Amino acid sequence: MELSEFMSLFWITAIMLLGVTVPLVTERFGRTANTVFTMLPPAIALAYIASLIPTVLAGNVITESLEWIPAVGLTLSMRLDGLALMFAILILGIGLLIILYARYYLSEREAAGRFFAYLLLFMTAMLSIVLSNNVLQLWMAWEVTSISSFLLISFWSSKSESRKGARMALTVTGAGGLALLAGLLIIADIAGSYELGAILASGDAIRDHALYPIALILVLLGAFTKSAQFPFHFWLPHAMAAPTPVSAYLHSATMVKAGIFLLARFYPILSGTELWFLIVTMTGLITLLLGAYVALFKHDLKGLLAYSTVSHLGLIVLLLGLDTELATVAALFHIMNHAVFKASLFMAAGIIDHESGTRDMRKLNGLWRYMPYTATLAMVAAASMAGVPLFNGFLSKEMFFAESLHQETLGFLSWMIPVLATLAGVFAVAYSLRFIHDVFFNGEPVNLPKIPHEPPRYMKIPVEVLVALCLLVGIFPAFMIGSLLEAAATSVLMKELPYYSLAIWHGFNIPLLMSVIAIVGGVLVYTYRRHLYSFQAQFKETDAKLVFEGVMQKIVAFSAKFDEGLNNGSLQRYVALLLLFTIVITAIPLINLDVAAAHLPDQPVTFVEIVAGVILCLSAIATVIYHRKRMIALITLSVVGLIVSVAFARFSAPDLALTQLAVEVVTVILLMLALYFLPQKTIAESSPSRVVRDLGIAAAVGGVVATINYAFITQPLDSISEFFLANSKTGGGGTNAVNVILVDFRGLDTLGEILVLGIAAFGIFKLLTGVKLAMPTANYKGIPWSEDRHPPILTVISQSLLPLALLVSFYIFLRGHNMPGGGFIAGLITSVALIQQYIAHGVDWIKPRLKVNYQSLIAWGVLIATFTGIGSWFFGRPFMTTWFDYFDIPFIGEIELASALVFDLGVYLTVVGATLLILASLGKLTSVHRPVAEE
Amino acid sequence: MLDISVILVAIMLCIALVFNLWRLLIGPHIVDRILALDTMYINSIALILLYGIYNRTPLYFEAALLIAMLGFVSSVAFGKYLLRGDIIE
Repeated sequence: MELSEFMSLFWITAIMLLGVTVPLVTERFGRTANTVFTMLPPAIALAYIASLIPTVLAGNVITESLEWIPAVGLTLSMRLDGLALMFAILILGIGLLIILYARYYLSEREAAGRFFAYLLLFMTAMLSIVLSNNVLQLWMAWEVTSISSFLLISFWSSKSESRKGARMALTVTGAGGLALLAGLLIIADIAGSYELGAILASGDAIRDHALYPIALILVLLGAFTKSAQFPFHFWLPHAMAAPTPVSAYLHSATMVKAGIFLLARFYPILSGTELWFLIVTMTGLITLLLGAYVALFKHDLKGLLAYSTVSHLGLIVLLLGLDTELATVAALFHIMNHAVFKASLFMAAGIIDHESGTRDMRKLNGLWRYMPYTATLAMVAAASMAGVPLFNGFLSKEMFFAESLHQETLGFLSWMIPVLATLAGVFAVAYSLRFIHDVFFNGEPVNLPKIPHEPPRYMKIPVEVLVALCLLVGIFPAFMIGSLLEAAATSVLMKELPYYSLAIWHGFNIPLLMSVIAIVGGVLVYTYRRHLYSFQAQFKETDAKLVFEGVMQKIVAFSAKFDEGLNNGSLQRYVALLLLFTIVITAIPLINLDVAAAHLPDQPVTFVEIVAGVILCLSAIATVIYHRKRMIALITLSVVGLIVSVAFARFSAPDLALTQLAVEVVTVILLMLALYFLPQKTIAESSPSRVVRDLGIAAAVGGVVATINYAFITQPLDSISEFFLANSKTGGGGTNAVNVILVDFRGLDTLGEILVLGIAAFGIFKLLTGVKLAMPTANYKGIPWSEDRHPPILTVISQSLLPLALLVSFYIFLRGHNMPGGGFIAGLITSVALIQQYIAHGVDWIKPRLKVNYQSLIAWGVLIATFTGIGSWFFGRPFMTTWFDYFDIPFIGEIELASALVFDLGVYLTVVGATLLILASLGKLTSVHRPVAEE
Repeated sequence: MLDISVILVAIMLCIALVFNLWRLLIGPHIVDRILALDTMYINSIALILLYGIYNRTPLYFEAALLIAMLGFVSSVAFGKYLLRGDIIE
């Protein structure tokens, strides 16, 4: 109990999630040590949950929550009630046994570490589903189970059937997951909260809501796809391509039970209506019968177990659909029983496969003589599956039979349910009998790849534990699981439970008669199975895999076609679509012209401003006119940039003016680097009608943007500028509000931006590495390039400019906090100065003189910026709080030092590194092989 | 007195800028256009300095300094392109 004082439910998932790395790290210590370490995280989690059992059994619901993003109502929230407790014990308990089993199942050559890591990830996701108290959190864990089960099923990824089976499972359960998300969002919207507690309390509101049918169907789609209910059951048998420990885990206690868990979890709010009973009952009934019938015809051991799983899942779903409280109790009881006996059967099937080399029941015969011990274990588990008295499966099946009699869901056709239930029972006995008789008796083995023998001692332990549970629960049900079942049922039904008795003997009654009929009928069906086989042989078997792949290929072909129409590689089309969309989005609010009306008097315009405006317009228009003569267009574009920078300077934005100028130059250089590789002449690509269309779009976009701008500058505006101006000195220690915003108020944004800049630079670097482009030997007029690579005047002037430029950038950098400047502008100036050297001297001259690795420069920049931000944590301040103080230094006088300066240094380094990495990489493309025109 | 001369100079600079643009647009040779752009840089520097004088603040001098430096780099890049096609060899 002491454990629970300093632990919380969050630790369970946290330990499990961290535990995912444990098997990978410990793989080198050998298989056994690896297994032991892998078992640690689930063992700790199980021990902690075990310490909470008394609290939960006393009727308490343990909830804990952490605020994550309270502003949008997102919290991390955990909940441990009876239902969650039952599932958590199943998941962790059977999970531990599976790990032990897998240690012997996987061959020495297989990557056990990776397998265990997937398994723990899956276990974590399952636990998060059952422990979640927030529906979004639940849904996210749900999706992680889909993904991690995909990894597990496709573990033997070299096999085609593994990959296809895994993909099918992922597609079906993933699609169901999307439906579930929609359903959960509707439910949360009706309840007004994502918290499970609030949702469970508003059952009536949800059931009476107009959207209830839609929400119900969406949630059921999620549950039915996961739990392999008809017609979505087809993925489960194909998931048998997984290693057997995976099948034993996924198809007994976990994956497929997640859907059942969902039904049970939302039982208080979704059940109780006609629609629920109709859909859930009918789906369960069809799945129950179909699974039981098909299982009999499967020659593959795991195939038989797979369809039997489908059938048992149908049974549980049917029970949840029946409108009696005891049916729900029976459903929960059967969840436990099925998990226990099905896991042990899968393990036994795995042992048989492992030791004899095949799972084909037409070859496997008479194994009793080779492995009597395993055979005994398998027989006990199979008897439980068949519902033979003294085993746990019998108890829940008898409860099921009893409940099938006490309901009126189908009106006057209600008698069909007990009849069909008995029929399914007959088939269950028959396929269980086949599992035992075909494999362990029935003559001699046929052409086995190996001589079968008993498995290693420890491989049998998990099976022994589970089989012992089958017996113990079967004989002492109330003692073994009575209180756990009661707690689980109470949390599903959310009220006092009716009286029920967990006993083997209830006297001679109809359910007992149904059991007897099922057993006798099952034996008869198995004895005369040949007639049934020849009847079934008349039907053509459809392979769900082929059908599924066909549908998938059709969908992919359709998507490709759709994509082709939208994404055909034409940049013109992308721009046109993008702009048209922008017009639609932005123009609609502008239809209300009142918004755009002027509310401020016009400002006086001077002569200089008019001239600048005219130059701006003319050069912009000239850029468009000359766009096919790229060089001229670039020059006119430079004029646009120049005028814009001058305008920034005129309208009191010196920081922007400086930045704009520096960016302008870097852009021109970048474009010229690219220009070299582009065709010198461009053909006219646009037809006249297209030109008209494009003009129309351009005019419309221009009009909209101009209107927005006009509306904006003529409104009296209360902006947040006042706050920044008032607080930049006191809060950030600088008088230049722009810089203080960059490095302090919105420092996190800046950090993100330089990170993006660095990533972009690395991407460009990577893309350009190893690229070989054709280089023109002459300019657009056909005149060969000059032979003079580095004119002396240029080199001399450039070299003398460098110290001056570096001094300027240093100055701009240092005073940035208080006057226009800062790390970003200084970085650009330094870059431009260095590029100048590249232009004048070439890459080969720079390389030995400037031994700076631009990649590490970027990395250092980002690291310095990040750690400056983190630094404020050590002083108990939020991330990125600026520290500043004043110092009196001899000869210099009082100066101010701010931590923002260090942050700015990070920005500076990143900008320099990124700019130079991009431009130098582009420049290097040409440095080695230069074609010579004369030769 | 200073204000009047500032205004007069500003008008002259504007006329110069318009002429620069004229040369830049008609060409005929690409070198004409590059030179026109370079001259526009110079005239803009003058305009910004003038604005600083008009407002009696030294704040704009750096912007002018930077335009001078960066404009030089951009003109060099254009020149190098004409010379070799490849500006960073």
